[in-house]
Amino acid sequence: MDLDILAVSTLHITIAAAIKVVAFVFLTILPLVALSVWAERRVSAAMQDRVGPNRVGPLGLLQPVADGIKFLLKEDFTPKHVRKGFFWLAPALTMVPSLLTCAVIPFGSSLFGEKMVIADLDVGPLFVFAIASLTVYGIVLAGWASNSKYPFLGGVRSTSQMISYEISLGLSIVPLIMIYGELNLGRIVQDQAVNGWAMLPLWGEGLGKNLLLWIPVTISFVIFTTSMFAETNRLPFDLPECETELVAGYHTEYSSMKFALFFLGEYAAMIIGSGLAVTLFFGGWSLPFGWLAPETGAAAADIPWWHGAIHILTFFAKVIVFILFFIAVRWTLPRFRYDQLMDLGWKVFFELAIINVILTAIILWVIK
Amino acid sequence: MAYTVKRPKLAWWEKLYLPGLAKGLRITLGHFVKTLSRKKKVTMQYPEEKWDSSLPEHYRGAPALVTDEQDRERCVACQLCEFICPPRAITINPEEIPSDDKWAKVEKRPKKFEIDMIRCIYCGMCEEVCPEQAIFLRKDYAITGTSRAEMVHDKEKLYEIGGVREGLVNKWNDLK
Repeated sequence: MDLDILAVSTLHITIAAAIKVVAFVFLTILPLVALSVWAERRVSAAMQDRVGPNRVGPLGLLQPVADGIKFLLKEDFTPKHVRKGFFWLAPALTMVPSLLTCAVIPFGSSLFGEKMVIADLDVGPLFVFAIASLTVYGIVLAGWASNSKYPFLGGVRSTSQMISYEISLGLSIVPLIMIYGELNLGRIVQDQAVNGWAMLPLWGEGLGKNLLLWIPVTISFVIFTTSMFAETNRLPFDLPECETELVAGYHTEYSSMKFALFFLGEYAAMIIGSGLAVTLFFGGWSLPFGWLAPETGAAAADIPWWHGAIHILTFFAKVIVFILFFIAVRWTLPRFRYDQLMDLGWKVFFELAIINVILTAIILWVIK
Repeated sequence: MAYTVKRPKLAWWEKLYLPGLAKGLRITLGHFVKTLSRKKKVTMQYPEEKWDSSLPEHYRGAPALVTDEQDRERCVACQLCEFICPPRAITINPEEIPSDDKWAKVEKRPKKFEIDMIRCIYCGMCEEVCPEQAIFLRKDYAITGTSRAEMVHDKEKLYEIGGVREGLVNKWNDLK
């Protein structure tokens, strides 16, 4: 009897997770990737007084589809001098980890009594960093397996850059984890919904004690965002593929869909990075000033479905704003020199992040 | 000789990089808003919008042959344009004008006059060299075709583009 109930609930969980995976990753994140490529081109065009792709479909919105068709129809050329196994593995290794990290990001409170997160892990941020650090293998393998000098240099640069910035990325969120005393992203967002976002502690308990914590949180946010730029290999830190020096960096030897996977992987990483930043610093799916915020500890079934829908829309609205910020920065700043990049990572952010942890600890001690 | 490049001394807030970022973002977002609100228009949507009306008089487009006011083809097949043409785009086969023709005194006319528009570089030397003012560069610039053969303008096509032009060369007209 008990076993039957267990089997039914396992099946229920499996189906719910499958629906969430399909709806969130395949029907939302992947189209969002395509859309951000389009947005990148249109926004950059507007910033440079151009028009950008506006021919395919209304406003050029179908341009990503046309690009996709082009990538599929192009010859998938594998040069003779590459290590085939690794060469083919590399593109998948950049795309898959980015999508895997979607699993722990809460993209809504709950809908029809179902929590809007694929895997409600108690080690959310750790899981994200563990998986996201795998993307470096994709780039390193691509650079190494290509067996030619520019991809190799790109791969080497990427390795040191990503490893350096992973440290400050990880350290930058330690203060947040100390403040919330929590590693479950869902509960972190819930806390922010009621007590004020980390970057906007203006309601609930936030007005009192969290206001002082706003200083270390802001420092964290600056370090986190900058490191995120470095981790996703975007300007001003796109050293691994800087075309003026390295032709195209680690994906020089790639063509057609394999190149597309690198390209899309970069955007997917950007979206997930934005999602994580929104979740940690800007209250995830919650509306500002505690509007429609579910009570802490409320059962998932108690939240009306339209609250859940608004929460999901809020989350994606925030993510899109963040993506636009990514794009705006890319077309504003020139590329760093490599030694400047390393200086920034090791001599500034690393120390700053550690000092920030200590500062947070002191503030927390004083408050308590 | 090696020398040291003088770097500007940055104040501490400049070293922070964030004010620089804000400044840069103000510029790019300013352009962004300006372009979106269509206050600044730079790009012309080519096939829909054209600049034909503002082409200058001296514009050098596709070369074409013209007839005169009496419907006589002006070209006398002297082949000067063929010889001067730098990319050798022009091919002329002259023929004699039969003696019973109204314009028999002109003696020669082109039997075949072809301009290969793949070769033509729109330099206008043919127009400059023509003693009869028979060839002119028109304002047509979008010369397209799906095959090489289509890109060769024959005599008929050249007269079609050129049309009639009244001119200064009156030496072949009937004596008044």
